[in-house]
Amino acid sequence: MKNDGITVEKQSALSAPAPVLSTGNYACAEGALAAGCRFFGGYPITPSSEVAELMSRRLPLVDGTFVQMEDEIASIMACLGASFAGVKAMTATSGPGLSLMAESIGLAVMMEVPLVIVTVMRGGPSTGQPTNASQSDVYQVRYASHGDYELIVLAPGSVQEMYELTIRAFNLSESYRTPVIVAADGTLGQMMEPLCLKTAVEQVQRKGPQVSPQDYKPFQVLDEDLVPAMAVAGTDYDFYATGLTHDENGNPSMDPESAEKLITRLCAKIRRARIHINDWETYCLKDAKLVVLAYGTNARGVREAAEQMRAEGHKIGMVRLKSLWPFPDELMDQLGRRVQKVVVSEMNNGMLIREVERFRHRFRVAGITVPTPVPLRPRDIYQRLLEEI
Amino acid sequence: MPAQSTDAENHQTGHPLTGMLNMHRFVFCPGCLIGTVITSLAACLKAENLTARDYAIVSGIGCTGRSSGCFKAPAFHTTHGRAIPFATGLKLAKPRIKVFVLSGDGDISAIGGNHFIHAARRNIDISVICVNNSVYGMTGGQAAPTTQLGDITSTTPYGNMEPPFNLVGLAAASGATYVARWPGYDTLRLQKSMRKALNREGFSFIEIIVPCFTQYGRRNRKESAIEMMESLRAIVDLRVGCPPHEAALDLNKGRAVCGEFVETDRVGLIESLQKLRGRLKEGGSGKQ
Repeated sequence: MKNDGITVEKQSALSAPAPVLSTGNYACAEGALAAGCRFFGGYPITPSSEVAELMSRRLPLVDGTFVQMEDEIASIMACLGASFAGVKAMTATSGPGLSLMAESIGLAVMMEVPLVIVTVMRGGPSTGQPTNASQSDVYQVRYASHGDYELIVLAPGSVQEMYELTIRAFNLSESYRTPVIVAADGTLGQMMEPLCLKTAVEQVQRKGPQVSPQDYKPFQVLDEDLVPAMAVAGTDYDFYATGLTHDENGNPSMDPESAEKLITRLCAKIRRARIHINDWETYCLKDAKLVVLAYGTNARGVREAAEQMRAEGHKIGMVRLKSLWPFPDELMDQLGRRVQKVVVSEMNNGMLIREVERFRHRFRVAGITVPTPVPLRPRDIYQRLLEEI
Repeated sequence: MPAQSTDAENHQTGHPLTGMLNMHRFVFCPGCLIGTVITSLAACLKAENLTARDYAIVSGIGCTGRSSGCFKAPAFHTTHGRAIPFATGLKLAKPRIKVFVLSGDGDISAIGGNHFIHAARRNIDISVICVNNSVYGMTGGQAAPTTQLGDITSTTPYGNMEPPFNLVGLAAASGATYVARWPGYDTLRLQKSMRKALNREGFSFIEIIVPCFTQYGRRNRKESAIEMMESLRAIVDLRVGCPPHEAALDLNKGRAVCGEFVETDRVGLIESLQKLRGRLKEGGSGKQ
């Protein structure tokens, strides 16, 4: 919800069962099950493994399938296969595993496969800090695969949000026939908080073919949303899905026109939907001259520091991004109309700040960006923010 | 039904498999047997009365990678080496359909080697049909893990120094429950073997030896695709009841042992999962 002041979630505590104490990783698995996920292909990796562990326990109880594959490449490819069987599928990993999945993310984009990938960020590069948190993969989640494409990435900031944004990730992936990444961090995956499970969850289903098998073209766009209807295996529909550049019949095509048409549409279907995809939470923006922008668990310390400064009379506001990609340019435009300075805080050497810096013509940009394996402390952020006022 | 040809179609085109195949997606060189493998599989599917709702074809990259699109069925041209894990997910999510992986030797034994051995180990109920032409054909004739010792390829200009994999031995050692090898021209035995694979449960592996004249033969003193097939036929040693460790394949030393090497029953992952769900439904702990 994009209103000023403290955001009140739509979900009402009255209708929900009593909260349970849950880790972010368990909440993620709960969210997936609530969203209708019935297939999980995974490979253990710290700090995300508990997602797989809970799925392995729960999926067989709901006629679902859990399979532990031989590596992360196989894990995500199994999810692609399951999705083409009409089953909602998810995998969960961390940076090193996502590196291996990069190739298949590109295939999922090209074949337009609904699929959810959870990455619980840890310190890198390479093996890095398996048991610590990080926000240093915010470019990896966006650009892991080669080629020109757009991707949806959500960034939960609490255990409750890990649950809700996982549900949202499934719905977005089904709506836009695209892989969606949930980018959490090691702290969020491992920490415990009260979690309110929903009694009723909205489940979006991909659109299926509206024409006969003879008339069906697997990549033909009939609707304004630029999303083709998706046939699945085991029905009367025959279709060809390829990682090669293809025309609307699925035929591989190497001519420049086909490539331009396909790539333009694949990017446009996400870009055009930005207004529906992008989500953020704001705090005290109305009269703010300085706004601090953060996401994930790091935003919690930032919020505390901002509240303290507000209490002391500083005209400070805050934005917490709940979706990272596509980057919310429209939010930057809004900020540009009223604030003088945006301070970006993140647990890396300065990554998302580069996106904000594209708007330097609208406001000044500063960073509190530290490649730390633990969220920044509120008092440290407070000290730094005082310098920026 | 889309996958069944009508008599009218047959009359028009003269080929009984037209209704099962997308003829415009055949991209293969003259003398290549990939087309023969495709039509053999299509003939089996037709003989079994299977339609588009009953099966799916998954392939990887390369010449054989292009084969999936030739079928009028759910067909998936995935990334290099990844056909098997894709097929695994597809089969696990929809066990009713027959899932075929139709891919090349590079796809299955090099970049996808890890997936191959693990699919065999978990005895997932898919049929992997590997068209082994000893070389990376589509990319320009580079050496594969199946290239014979001493042979010239575009990346072994002084002769291949690495011994090739024996895919039959690899599949058997990894736990495949049906393993066979056939020369590509022997379509009758091949079709019999394919029908056996599709009608049994568990991980089936069929290796098909085919010549690649365009990228392999020309560099290794072969006159033509026909000559390559003739010389293959001269060394094929059809055996019955031969154990997999004796299934030699040395094209240069004149040995190509073909036949069925493994045919056994072992509980596969699909069956185990179905049993688990049943036990949980009955209120049990799920543990055996």
